[in-house]
Amino acid sequence: MYKSLFQKIITIPIIIYALVLIAMPILYVLALSFLKSDAYGGIINEITLQNYIDIFDVVYLSVFLKSFIIAGIATFLCIIIAYPFAIFVSQKKPHIQKIMMVLVIAPFLTNSLIRMYGWIILLRKEGIINTFLQNIHLTDHPLQLMYNDLGIIIGLVYTLLPFMILPVYSAVSKVDKSILEAAKDLGANKIKTFTNIMLPQTASGLFNGSLMVFIPAIGYFFIVDILGGGKLMLLGNLIKNQFLTARNWPFGAAISIVLIIITFLLVKLYKKKGGNMDELGGF
Amino acid sequence: MKWKNFYIGLVLLFLYLPILVLIIFSFNTSSLNILFEGFTFKWYGELLNNVSLLEALKNTLIVSITSTLISTIIGTISAFALKKYDFKGKKIINQLLYIPIVIPEIVLGIALLSIYTFLHVELGLGTLILSHIAFSLPFVIISVRAVLDNMPSNIEDAAKDLGASNIKTFWNVIVPTIMPGITSGAFLAFTLSLDDVVISYFTAGPGSNTLPLQIYSMIKTGVTPDVNALATLILLAVFLVLGISTILQIRNIKRQVKV
Repeated sequence: MYKSLFQKIITIPIIIYALVLIAMPILYVLALSFLKSDAYGGIINEITLQNYIDIFDVVYLSVFLKSFIIAGIATFLCIIIAYPFAIFVSQKKPHIQKIMMVLVIAPFLTNSLIRMYGWIILLRKEGIINTFLQNIHLTDHPLQLMYNDLGIIIGLVYTLLPFMILPVYSAVSKVDKSILEAAKDLGANKIKTFTNIMLPQTASGLFNGSLMVFIPAIGYFFIVDILGGGKLMLLGNLIKNQFLTARNWPFGAAISIVLIIITFLLVKLYKKKGGNMDELGGF
Repeated sequence: MKWKNFYIGLVLLFLYLPILVLIIFSFNTSSLNILFEGFTFKWYGELLNNVSLLEALKNTLIVSITSTLISTIIGTISAFALKKYDFKGKKIINQLLYIPIVIPEIVLGIALLSIYTFLHVELGLGTLILSHIAFSLPFVIISVRAVLDNMPSNIEDAAKDLGASNIKTFWNVIVPTIMPGITSGAFLAFTLSLDDVVISYFTAGPGSNTLPLQIYSMIKTGVTPDVNALATLILLAVFLVLGISTILQIRNIKRQVKV
């Protein structure tokens, strides 16, 4: 009897958590997405598919498209920056590697909005980069570096880069160095060694990092707000507006459900390719 | 080899550029953040008079410390329970745990806001703490589970054979063994909570502004240089903690290399 009491006590919290803080909220959003809204931000208890049909409006489809393109570009740039970085760092001595990775993580333990503000100081018209470029006469007028797509992409790449570096580095450092040397001894050139050994052996790390960059990038409305200047709208901003400004919760819920489905499909693909779920948390 | 070091340096420069700018301008006499005009400490003094910023800092610490404590405790016993016992719905729970990790934060944010509204729960520090537990608990469980999976099962059996009760075995044998997983899980939960913008944005109420939310609204309306001073202080704290832990870890690495 005693044993089952101990078991009960330690299993109850996780059951309550999973039910109340995850299952219920998500199921409620699912239910909301099939309801009607009135003009005053209220919810009418009438079942409809209209919210999902509305998503197919050109205006909203273009927001989806634009979000995926921007998130895709940010993910691609993160790979381009992180992959060589991870490979070069993995060739260093163990304690140097450790210091490098701490240097990568450290900025991200500080407030991300403060760092976004640092980018504003750098990128704005009268900012440091423009002042510098004009002083060395590379340009005679300030360049538009923010309040556009470029600003958003810089902000996303900057904020999400560690989520690419960590899994890619972990994959790269697991590659057996003796295999790389064997390939070299057998006459494979650098490009062949890379495409035949390095790339396939680190593919899951790249996929992992891509998920960790692409999915959050879709929803980071504050970066779009701050560095995009509020003119551009991505999915995160669209959902935020439906809940806080337009107050059309059912429509915002429908967009969220579509986003959940897309996420699940991507994660399913990741698992199918042999990806480990526990490594998705950045471990 | 030289150009590889150059590349590493370039990436690190990208990561540190906005931070260096903030640190430099926190000592600038001009409040315009455009040119460095002279050295001063005055913004650090003014920070102490910025009531709304300090209030936000206090809220952030309350929310982060409370949610981390609760997540760490529940996460530790849950990781153990999920590994050791079979119970109804365990499979579903294991799946549900990945939801906060993989779905975009904004979706979890609006889902929590919706359910609080539906249940007529007033938004404030309480809902913030609950929401932060919602997104940080799975990270603690995964972190603890990773260590738990590597723990030899005979440790537990030995303790039981020697007559220790379940609670005693858990507290005196298992918890000390999996401590590295618990601390790294707690660390992760704490940093996620400190920096959370998206979920807090939807689940904070009037008067429960956290530091990220306060800075967000300041960026929209106008930032005073005392924010630079605050950023510099936060950085200093982070580097102090990380520096010490890195030195300790490097010592370990070097010792292992020698052995």
